[in-house]
Order: sequence, then C-alpha cells, then structure tokens
Amino acid sequence: MRTINVSVNGKQYSHEVEPRMLLIHYLREVIGLTGTHMGCETSLCGACTIEVDGKAVKSCTMFAVQADGAKILTVEGLAAPDGTLHPIQEAYWTEHALQCGFCTPGMIMITKQILERNPNPTEHEIREGLDGNLCRCTGYQHIVNAVRTAAKAGA
Amino acid sequence: MTTTVTKLEKLVGKRIKRKEDPRLITGTATYVEDVKLPELLHAAILRSPHGAANIKSIDISKAAALPGVVAVYTGADILGVGSVVCAADLPGLRKPVHHILAQDRTYFVGHAVAVVVAKDRYVAADGVDLIEVDWQPTQAVTDPEKALAAGAPAVHPEWPDNTAFIHNQEGGDMAQAFADAEVVVKQRIVSQRLIPNPMETRGVVADWKQADKAMTIWTSTQIPHLARSILAGQLGLDENRVRLIAPEVGGGFGSKLNVYPEEALMGFVSMKLQKPVKWIESRRENFQTTIHGRGHVDYLEIAAKRDGTILGLKLKLIQDLGAYHQLLTPAIPTLSVLMMPGLYKFRNISAQVIGVFTNAVPTDAYRGAGRPEATHGIERMVDMLAAEIGMDPAEIRYKNFAGKDDFPFLTAAGLTYDSGDYAATLDKALEMIDYKGLREQQVQARAEGKLMGIGISTYGELCGFGPSPATPAGGWESATVKVEPSGKVTVMTGCSPHGQGQETSFAQIAADELGVPLDDVIVLHGDTSIVQYGIGTFGSRNTAVGGAALFYALQDIREKAKRFGAKMLGVEDGEVVLADGHCTDSNGNSVTFQQIAGAAYRGIVIPTGSEPGLVATRFWEPSNFAYPYGAHIIVSEVDKETGQIEIKRYLAVDDIGNIINPLLVDGQLHGGVAQGLGQALWEHGVYDDDGQLVSGTFMDYAMPRARMMPWIESAHTITPSPVNPLGAKGVGEAGTIGSTPAMVNSVVDALAPLGVRHIDMPMTAGKIWKLMQDSSIQEKKA
Amino acid sequence: MIANSFEYSAPGSLKEALALLAEGAKPLAGGMSLIPMMKLRLANPEHLVDIGRLPELNYIREEGGAIHIGAGVTHFEVESSPLLLGKCPLLAETAAYIGDIQVRNRGTLGGSVAHADPSADYPAALHALDAKIVLTSSEGTRTLSTEEFFLDTFTTALDPGEIVSEVIVPVDAGLTGTSYQKFLQPASGFAIVGAAARVRQEGGKFTMVRVGVTGLSGNGYRARNVEDALVGQDVTDANIKAAAALVADGQDASSDLHATAEYRAHLAGAYTARALRAALSRSA
Repeated sequence: MRTINVSVNGKQYSHEVEPRMLLIHYLREVIGLTGTHMGCETSLCGACTIEVDGKAVKSCTMFAVQADGAKILTVEGLAAPDGTLHPIQEAYWTEHALQCGFCTPGMIMITKQILERNPNPTEHEIREGLDGNLCRCTGYQHIVNAVRTAAKAGA
Repeated sequence: MTTTVTKLEKLVGKRIKRKEDPRLITGTATYVEDVKLPELLHAAILRSPHGAANIKSIDISKAAALPGVVAVYTGADILGVGSVVCAADLPGLRKPVHHILAQDRTYFVGHAVAVVVAKDRYVAADGVDLIEVDWQPTQAVTDPEKALAAGAPAVHPEWPDNTAFIHNQEGGDMAQAFADAEVVVKQRIVSQRLIPNPMETRGVVADWKQADKAMTIWTSTQIPHLARSILAGQLGLDENRVRLIAPEVGGGFGSKLNVYPEEALMGFVSMKLQKPVKWIESRRENFQTTIHGRGHVDYLEIAAKRDGTILGLKLKLIQDLGAYHQLLTPAIPTLSVLMMPGLYKFRNISAQVIGVFTNAVPTDAYRGAGRPEATHGIERMVDMLAAEIGMDPAEIRYKNFAGKDDFPFLTAAGLTYDSGDYAATLDKALEMIDYKGLREQQVQARAEGKLMGIGISTYGELCGFGPSPATPAGGWESATVKVEPSGKVTVMTGCSPHGQGQETSFAQIAADELGVPLDDVIVLHGDTSIVQYGIGTFGSRNTAVGGAALFYALQDIREKAKRFGAKMLGVEDGEVVLADGHCTDSNGNSVTFQQIAGAAYRGIVIPTGSEPGLVATRFWEPSNFAYPYGAHIIVSEVDKETGQIEIKRYLAVDDIGNIINPLLVDGQLHGGVAQGLGQALWEHGVYDDDGQLVSGTFMDYAMPRARMMPWIESAHTITPSPVNPLGAKGVGEAGTIGSTPAMVNSVVDALAPLGVRHIDMPMTAGKIWKLMQDSSIQEKKA
Repeated sequence: MIANSFEYSAPGSLKEALALLAEGAKPLAGGMSLIPMMKLRLANPEHLVDIGRLPELNYIREEGGAIHIGAGVTHFEVESSPLLLGKCPLLAETAAYIGDIQVRNRGTLGGSVAHADPSADYPAALHALDAKIVLTSSEGTRTLSTEEFFLDTFTTALDPGEIVSEVIVPVDAGLTGTSYQKFLQPASGFAIVGAAARVRQEGGKFTMVRVGVTGLSGNGYRARNVEDALVGQDVTDANIKAAAALVADGQDASSDLHATAEYRAHLAGAYTARALRAALSRSA
C-alpha cells in the first residue's frame, strides 16, 4: 500500500492505495465520484477521460499512485459551486450531443482540452480531436455541433 | 369567474432540449456500476478460453483459499437455477439447454464456467486466475456454411447436422414468376456478424432480503418487466417480490433486449451469501458473451422483366445462430423474410431460413434486427438488376414502388403497410442532391479516371412492435398518468428508454394534452416497483406504441378533469372545454387544471358517478406495425491507389410519420447511420476456425469514430401512420437500415467501370484494393 | 481488466531509479502500452519503477548542432515543441499522428521507443532522421543508431536494467524537406504502414534521401534500397514511383485482420511515394 495525496475538483484527499489500483477506480470507489466511466480496458474509448494537471488523460490507463501530488479535474468539478453549468456542458445540452450519456463525461472533458489548445477549431480539427473518444449513440454530428457551440461561447 | 386564458404554444413538433440531460452532463446519473450498497460483494467470472471443449475437472481450492474470496461456484452448484430463456419459438425448433454456468462442456469462447465472489473486484479477478480447469479442447466450427457441411464438428453432439430449424415462407407463385422472367439475377450476399458494443457494458447488482423473501436486481436492460418475469422464474421467486431496476442504461441497441446468465447468477449468489453482490462486465466479456448481430449468408435470386418490372424474389438464408438461443435468437431471421419485398409491389416471394449452430456467442436483435439484412438484400438486388438491364437505379425503383394510392398495401410477405408515398420521398431526395447533375458530374469524373459512385437505397422497415400475436411476449405498451394534488404530472411508461429521450418527448405530449408547463411533467420508467407492467424499448416502438398508450391515458385524465371542472363551474359535463390548462364553460368562466387536481384530491366536490383522485392507466395494443421508409443517397469516391472510400455526401430523406421532437429524431437518425456505415465499411465480428474471437477488443473491432463519419444532411417527408393516434412511425432503426445498402450501392457504382457488380461488407480498403487488382487483371486479360 | 499486484517505486532521481532497475525492477513511463497489457494480465511485472516524472528525463534542447530530447518527454510535448517544429519538424509531425490527445498527453518518447511496437509511428521518423538512441543504466551510458537499437518485434538492444534516456535528432530544417505519411488501422489508429521521408535536392537531382518505414513487417526499418535508388537521380515522379516500389523488397510483410501482406506491401510503396513527394515539396 502507498499513501497518495491528490487534489480532486479543488478538494484535497489523502488515501492509502494498492499500487495496482487504477486511477478511475480510485476516483469512483474511494472518493465516490462516479461521473467518470469505464468503457473499455484497452484505452480506446475515452469514457474515462479526466484532467490531470491540466492535461486530458484516460483514467483507466493510469494507476492512482502515478497521480500522487496531482491536481485532478473530473466532470463533477466543471459546473460552478452554485450549479451554473460550464459552457461546454450547456453546449452538449443545447445541441443534443448525448443520448445514453455514458460517453458524455469523457466527451465533455476532451472537448475542454480541444478548445484550450484550439479555441476556434474547424470541423475536421474537432473530429480529429475527438479521436480518442467513442460514442455509439450520436454518430458524432451533434457532438461536433456542441464543440462548435462551446467554442462560440468562449469555453 | 371569467378569466382570460392565454393560448399555450404546442410543444409537440418542437426542438426541445432534453430533460434527462442535466444529470448526464454533470456526472451525477446512476448507472448499474454506480450502485453502492452496504456490504456489497463483487463477482468475477471464469470463462472458457476454447471454442469447444470438455471440462474434465475444475479445482477451485486455491481460489477459495485466497484471502478476501467469499465463495466460488461452478456448474454443479447452480442446477437449481432455471436455464437461460428463449422466448421465440418455431415449429420443430431445437432448443439446447443453456445453464447459467457451463456443466461438462463449453460451447464458445467466453462461456461462463465459474464465479468468484470477493470483497472487491481486484480480489475477485485474482481468484478467477487461481481456478484450475482441466480442459479437453475439441474441434470448433464457427462458419455457418462450414457447420452445415457433411462431417462438420457437431456444436451440440445430440444434433450432428448443426441445424436448429428450417423455416419456409412462400407468398404468391414463385414458379410462375420465374417462368415469366426475362432476366434473373443471382447473388450471394453476406451480412456479417456485428458486435453491438453499447458504451456501457452489462452489469448486475442483486440484493436478496431473506426476511421479506424479496429480491432487488439492478441490471442494464431494455426490458425491465420481462426480465423480472423471467428472473423470478429462473430463481423460483414470487414475481411481485422481485424488484427489477433498470437505472441509467448506457445504450443497448438490442444487446440488452435480453436476459443473460449473469442476471440469475447474481441473484443466486446473493441468496446463497445473504449479501448484495455486483458484477460488471468488462469490455472483453462484452465482446465475447453479449449477443452479436446479423450473421447472415443470403442466397438471393430476383426475377424480372427486361423493362425492370420485378416479378419475384427468392431467398435462402443461412443464419449463424451461435451456440445457444438467447431471448429472441431464432425469431430474428424470420423478420428478414417479412421485409424481403422492401417497398416494391411484386407479388411473389419464397424464402427458406436455415438456423445453424456454431461455436460462437449467440446472435440476436441488434439495431434493426433482421430488417437491415433484408433491406440490404432487396436494395442490392434491385441495383444489380438495374445494372443488368441497363436501367437507372432511381428509375427501376419508381417503376416498382407500391403507389401512394395502394395503401393499406398488402405485401408479398403478407404484411399490410400502413401508409406511404415512396415516390415523393425519393423525389425529394433526388432533388435535394441534384441527382441529374450528379450523374453528369460522374460522367466527367469517370472521364478523368476517377472512381465516383452514387448509391441509392430506398428502404422500408417494420417497427413499432407490434401487435401482440406477432411478438413473443406481448406487443402492447402501458402508461400511467398520475396528477398530483398540486397539478404536477408524473408519467410512468412501460417503455424503458435508455438514451432515446422519452423523458422529454413524452413530457411534451403530456404537457400539450393537459396544458401544463413542460417542467411540471416528469417521466418515470425502468423500475418494476414504480411502473405498471410494461414491455420495454426495442424495435423503434417507444413513441408509436408507448406514446400511444400515454396519449390514451391522457385522454382519460382529460375526461375526468373536465367532469371535475364542470362540477366546479356548476355546469353540465358536456358544457366545458379543456384547453390551455383551463377548463372553461360557455360563459367564459374557467378553473385551472391545477385547481381541478386539487379538488379531485380534496374530495369535497365529486362529480356524480366519478371518484376522487386523478390517475389513469392504459394498456394499448396496436393493430399493426408501423412502416417508416426513406431514401438515402451517398456520393463516394474510391482512391484508386489504396482502395480507401471517401464519402463525399450523405443525404437521408426519411418518412417516419409525425415527429414529436425533431432534435431527438436527428440524433436517432445520425446514430443509426453511424451504425449502418459501421457495418458497411469497418465492423466485423471475426471468429477463427478454432473459435477464437479475433476482433475481440477495440484494438481490432473498428467502431466508427468522429473522424470516420461524414456530415449527414437530412430531411423528411411526413406521412402519418394511421395505426396510432400520434401518427408516429419510428426512427430508432431507420438510419441503420437505410444507410448500409446506400453505401454498398455507392461503392459498387464507383467500381462499375471495372466490372464490379457486388461487394460484401465490410468494404475495407484492403478488400476494395484487391477487387480493383483482380478487376484490372481481368481487364488486361480481356 | 485488473492488473496483478506489484510493488511500485517512484524514485526522486534517475540514479535511484537505475539502481532499482539494476535489481530487476521494470520501468514505467507513460504506461500507454504497459498498463493495458497489465490489465489484460499479458504483462505481469513484480516491481515497477516510475520514471515518467523524473525531471532529469524531461527536456528538449539544442546542443552541438543536434536536438536532444529526454525520454520522459510526452508525444504532446514533441508535437508542440517550438524547437522541434522549427528545426526537426518530421519528429513533431510524426508525434501528432500517435494515438489520440489523451495518449499523447501521457505517452512518452522513450517509452514508445523502448516498447518497439512494429506498428508504432516513431521508428519510421527516427530511421529517416538518422537519430541516435541513448541508453543508460547504473553501469553507464551508450549511444546507438536506430538500426543498432531496433532489433525485432518488441525487441531492442536494451539490456536488463537499462532504459532509453534520450533521443538525439539532427537540426534538420532549411534545405531538407521531410514528411510522415500514415495509413491508419481503423480500429486502433496504429499504422498499417507509415513512411517517413527526408530529402535534399540540388540542381534537379536528389542529393540526400532517407526513408524510414513502420508497420509493414515485424520491425520498423530504414529503406536503404529506396534511398540508393534515388540519390543522384533526377527529381521526377517516375523516379520516385520506381524507387518507392522497392520499399517492401526483402521484407517479410505482416498479414492480419486489417491488411494482407500483399496489401501492406502495396501500401508501403504508395505511402513511401507520398512521403517522398510531400518531403520534396517542403525542401528548398
């Protein structure tokens, strides 16, 4: 067991964990934030995307011990404390960019990174940016719209 | 008192954003994996690594001794639990017994052999690795045509011919059709195995309370009530003491229209251990053990006149069933037979379906379930016929469409299509895409040596399942409308939406009918302790059947509300109107719907012959399926050097009847198209001859990604269905059914100058390149 | 999807890490290849040493006419490095083709190189760049050429206890044109084939040509036959095509679900030609 200290959505946590515990399981089962989802075990679906030290990563392909000392942001940390949605969340809602919702937290988190690096992406750049995230429901078109809408909102 | 009643804007027909989204975009929704209970145990399952094998012995001692492991169960322990249920039946159907854990033999890679229950999922996984099985592998067979060949290994030793059933259907006079034919085109067409892959895998939590003899099961399902009935039977429990909850369900596409071994298995474990237990399917397990779709080899023959008049269609359908029947396995290919005629008026069909056992996971309903295969068959054959007689693919379709005055239209397969104007939809599509101009462009492109293709598919489908006699478990749907004393409205639907958006679209319907704000309506579903018995979500039925049940329940509420309103206003029953949230008499005096709701519960003023309360439940049985249709057109170009296909344009014009929420309809269509293009271009569930699932992870099974999808242009014609009061048909599967043949037709058209007349799916770049190589070699020889 | 248990160390210095590695521990960098294999229990290391966060392995700097890149640099840092984009754009361009944003945020240059996946992107570029791979262990440091380093499928010249510590690439802008062209495996995004080209021309003739290929066979390679066929020849498309057609000669082309050996070999030629053309268009 190892002790790790992490900041998650602005709150500080300290836990003893097994080295093999995946970061996603730490977030979901130890801290109790179940918004981040596990969709595959081969690092190819992106449902588990979160932000670690400002970078979008797949939390199913990281051990919790590797995040020791890191600043983590999950989908639960996006909205303002008063419940005001983040502009990307608003955009996903407005554009009907989700159906079953399972991939959505990961999609929202990768959208944040796409727009941080390229505030005004083309359709092609959006589609390339979403390459690590699978959605089986939407055919991606409304997700592309949502990323554009979020970009316009200056997200 | 006289009041000014403000006219409310109708919500039905508007692009309204979804009521279910706030929880989903904030990460606060509850899927099965998110369910937490005190003392929750975790299960992991040992599965067969072999396509076919005898189990000589199992040693669980090391696993059972691992600290943290609570119990290990094998096939010998579960004999008291009922086997997996198949609800479909056909004359002479051979039904193998499908125990929830394998007995002395396993029949496919992934077949469940033992379950380890532990304090957490990590230890459970370690425990699985410690079970020792003495395997005796035997020869597997995974190709259905090879399984039918003489001397093939028997999947089930008791049935050496590997044939589960043979189903024949005839319509008209096929012998005459072929005698009259001036041209016959034959083709073998494969609809390959597909893996549904909802983003949420399956998962089960079971919680047995001995004192109450009560079981609660959370499971990721499309059919909570049917699953409850089946699981109560398997576990020997009273149905009313089983509470089944389908919480947030992360997609299904038919794969969760089923009841799997793990559901009863978790119930069994919880009863044994007197503790709640959770099992979450890994993606690899999902690939290996959750049903697959399609799996057809179709031998088709189309008979026609030289002028393009189709006379008949003959089909020999070899259905790869896999090793067992899941809930509906044998029924799926029979749906293909029903849809064989497509939108065309020819009178003769003849079909033979051969259901074949293979050492593979069972096939069952996957988005479209039998209709995409049929549509692919007819739409490919029509294109091949057109090519054979030198006719334009649009022209041949116009020539053979059932006419708009032919409805209700009785098809050669014995269905009665409800309504349609097929030519109008194709007209619109051709005009939107400038078909004439495109064909001119194509001449130019070909002159420049480019491989440009234009593919048309005019698909039809049957959905809105369906009249009960045509379905294995009841084809009706239910709805309860419960108006609270405050006038707030709760709808409980027997459907079990999991992404389709009925919390919104049903609220739109209810808000319009009752004249209440959208926010005053909530829609509950998926919990058998809350919702009256229902059938579930599949076959594009939520709106057409569940919405209709809701509509009638709302009419009951309206009637009762009007009687209360009249009583409150002191006039006769018939003298009031209920509109815009007010009950108004002929003098302009009115009471609000909320006031009526309050009075109905206060109980002081009760209309004669009525009673307090404001609740209505309806079970509604449709008289027929609904039949959406449409025209999809794809413009493509093939890279001569690599065989890569580029989609230049995708246009879908669909007629799905009346539309409740166009935003949701667009979403359903886009998603359907993505799955259809997935089949046409990339997806393939591949087993090798030893029964290993070669495309068993996302590393090898190519799911459509954002960069692979084209922009989809879409439009509608609207021909209401007369089957239900909403006039809705269904859109859940339309995109999947329409897109696949359009894509193949487009690429075949692109390669037509090379002499290519058919391509089987998936049309991978390598396959297209090989085809071009072979064609150019032939060209050089010729 | 659950890894076997292992011991984990996160040393604060390279020296400490190397000492642990010398005792038989295995290095963990970004984990983009290792962790999925561990979850499927295809890799079961007993002791992992986290070298992914060592500052000593995290740099990109120009030194003595070459660019030195620490093994811990992520693919994203490679693709977005102003120094690389300006002076060795081929490596940045290649990094941008790897996986997806999330993978590029975590995966490291050194980890990918040490893994030697036959479908990985870097080997093509590194061969074309005449890159040097620096290996370090508690015993010391050695520098190998790419052809000395990449030995076979998932097999490199790394000895037990040794890690890739640095990659050295040339300052390579100006007269030299480069390009990486990749045919994606549709499911995984790995290369079915990838071809990197690096060319210089003068007076209408090729004066320098380097071609690196990945994906075609069990090991990425430098296509010397293509290079030799072009150097000194006129810059014509016919010459490019003819030379590119040689690229698969002598290679044992792989065959799998996604591409037959025949198709892979064809693609290798086509993508080599595409890379050469694109590189030419970028050379002065």
